[in-house]
Amino acid sequence: MKNNIIEVKNLTKKFGSFTAVNGLSFNTQRGQVFGFLGPNGAGKTTSIKMLTTLLQPTSGQITVDGKDAVKNAREVRESFGIVFQDPSLDDELTAYENMEFHGVLYKVPPAVRKARIEELLRMIELWDRKDDLVKQFSGGMKRRLEIARGILHHPQILFLDEPTVGLDPQTRNHIWNYILDLNQKEKITVFFSTHYMEEADRVADEVTIIDRGKIIAQGTPASLKKKARTKTLEEAFIKLTGHGLRDEDASGIEGMRMMKKMWRR
Amino acid sequence: MGPIYIMWLRQLKRYVRSRARMVGSLGQPLIFLLAIGFGFGPIYQKAGGGDYIQFLAPGVIAMAVLFTAVFAGIEVIWDRQFGFLKETLVAPVSRFSIMIGRTLGGATVAMCQGVIVMVISVCFGFRPHWGAILLALVFMFLIAMLFTALGTALASQLNDMQSFPLIMNFLVMPLFFFSGAIFPLNGVSPALAVVASFNPLAYGVDGLRAAFGGTAFYGMGTDLIVLGFFCAFFLGLGSWLFSKIQI
Repeated sequence: MKNNIIEVKNLTKKFGSFTAVNGLSFNTQRGQVFGFLGPNGAGKTTSIKMLTTLLQPTSGQITVDGKDAVKNAREVRESFGIVFQDPSLDDELTAYENMEFHGVLYKVPPAVRKARIEELLRMIELWDRKDDLVKQFSGGMKRRLEIARGILHHPQILFLDEPTVGLDPQTRNHIWNYILDLNQKEKITVFFSTHYMEEADRVADEVTIIDRGKIIAQGTPASLKKKARTKTLEEAFIKLTGHGLRDEDASGIEGMRMMKKMWRR
Repeated sequence: MGPIYIMWLRQLKRYVRSRARMVGSLGQPLIFLLAIGFGFGPIYQKAGGGDYIQFLAPGVIAMAVLFTAVFAGIEVIWDRQFGFLKETLVAPVSRFSIMIGRTLGGATVAMCQGVIVMVISVCFGFRPHWGAILLALVFMFLIAMLFTALGTALASQLNDMQSFPLIMNFLVMPLFFFSGAIFPLNGVSPALAVVASFNPLAYGVDGLRAAFGGTAFYGMGTDLIVLGFFCAFFLGLGSWLFSKIQI
């Protein structure tokens, strides 16, 4: 078995004249917890979309579990689970139905599917709420459900795009404990993006910091702190990127929420 | 079969659970049936056309199917905005089966709406010949599939609902009004007849009307062939465009 589960070479994505991702190259080792860091608008989500076959790269090469993400998209899709930055559950379905839907799409055999769904829903402490519609759940509950769904089909890699954004500290801790537990027990490679530096510092074996679509630092959290001569990863991050905050394009999702209310009543 | 079935089931569950929408979308056909049906009824009778409700009801049923179907297709935009589309697009399943599953689901929902409107029409005096009810259902299904696929094709090109009024006013409304749903195509001006002959819904309405025992303008065979052709075309176009979606 190859040691690198993800290999990225010169990955570039252009939207018109704007270069969102510019010549990224990095590897992720099997079994690692890999942090993908950067300020808002750095290109994290665009990169993850390309790694997970949702977006075609302009140029460059992505290999996931030995398969090319562009040419063998279907096979690559079988090898990972993903928790997106924005919610991706069907609000009008129950927790159980969302899990079942996923299980059918990923061709998990019915008996295995049933057992796994129960096991996972118990693990995330939502088994007694399994028949409730997802729209009644809190943000934290939805996140837990999405993580459970992401690993239902036993993926090799779990992609997490800012999995804890907007959650309270207790829930964040709770969720990371699950994820690290999975990483240990099931040997799942975890690839996550975040802009919470203390989080990355605590959980990541290795981090890659990107800004304006380019890699600006790579290494273990300890080595980065050493290099930047700072006490925390957050300080190192600010020192390396040279700034703190950045605006991102509005997605227009707020407008949609209003439209949805108007239409569905 | 698995992915197609689960996509179909999802559409159905969403339909059954949003009763407000189910009831709400009956409002428009009901208004047409009552206001136009009973309003123009006497004039139609005087002009020698017979009972207007018998003529109008198939058109209004087709309308219910058309609106629900286009809407079901357009729902892809919501799935995109609310993230669920991503869940289906990263799955190791062909995009074609996802598109077919959700189109079948949307079409089933649209057919249900059509059947509900049919029952309501009967309450208001519509007396179809029940002998060819299966044929009528076939026409409803073809209309439903065609326009769900068309809605999906449109939705896969749009990022938000801003263009929704545009689609309603410049596509769905004209499709309905120029279909011969509310007036007979027999003896209309040549220009209008030409417009109608390019409108797939005109064949749907015509076929449905014939199946219910009314007089066909194009002929049922023509209706079936043209509708089937348009249906296949939009299914092809819809699944091609759907497979090209990038998020």
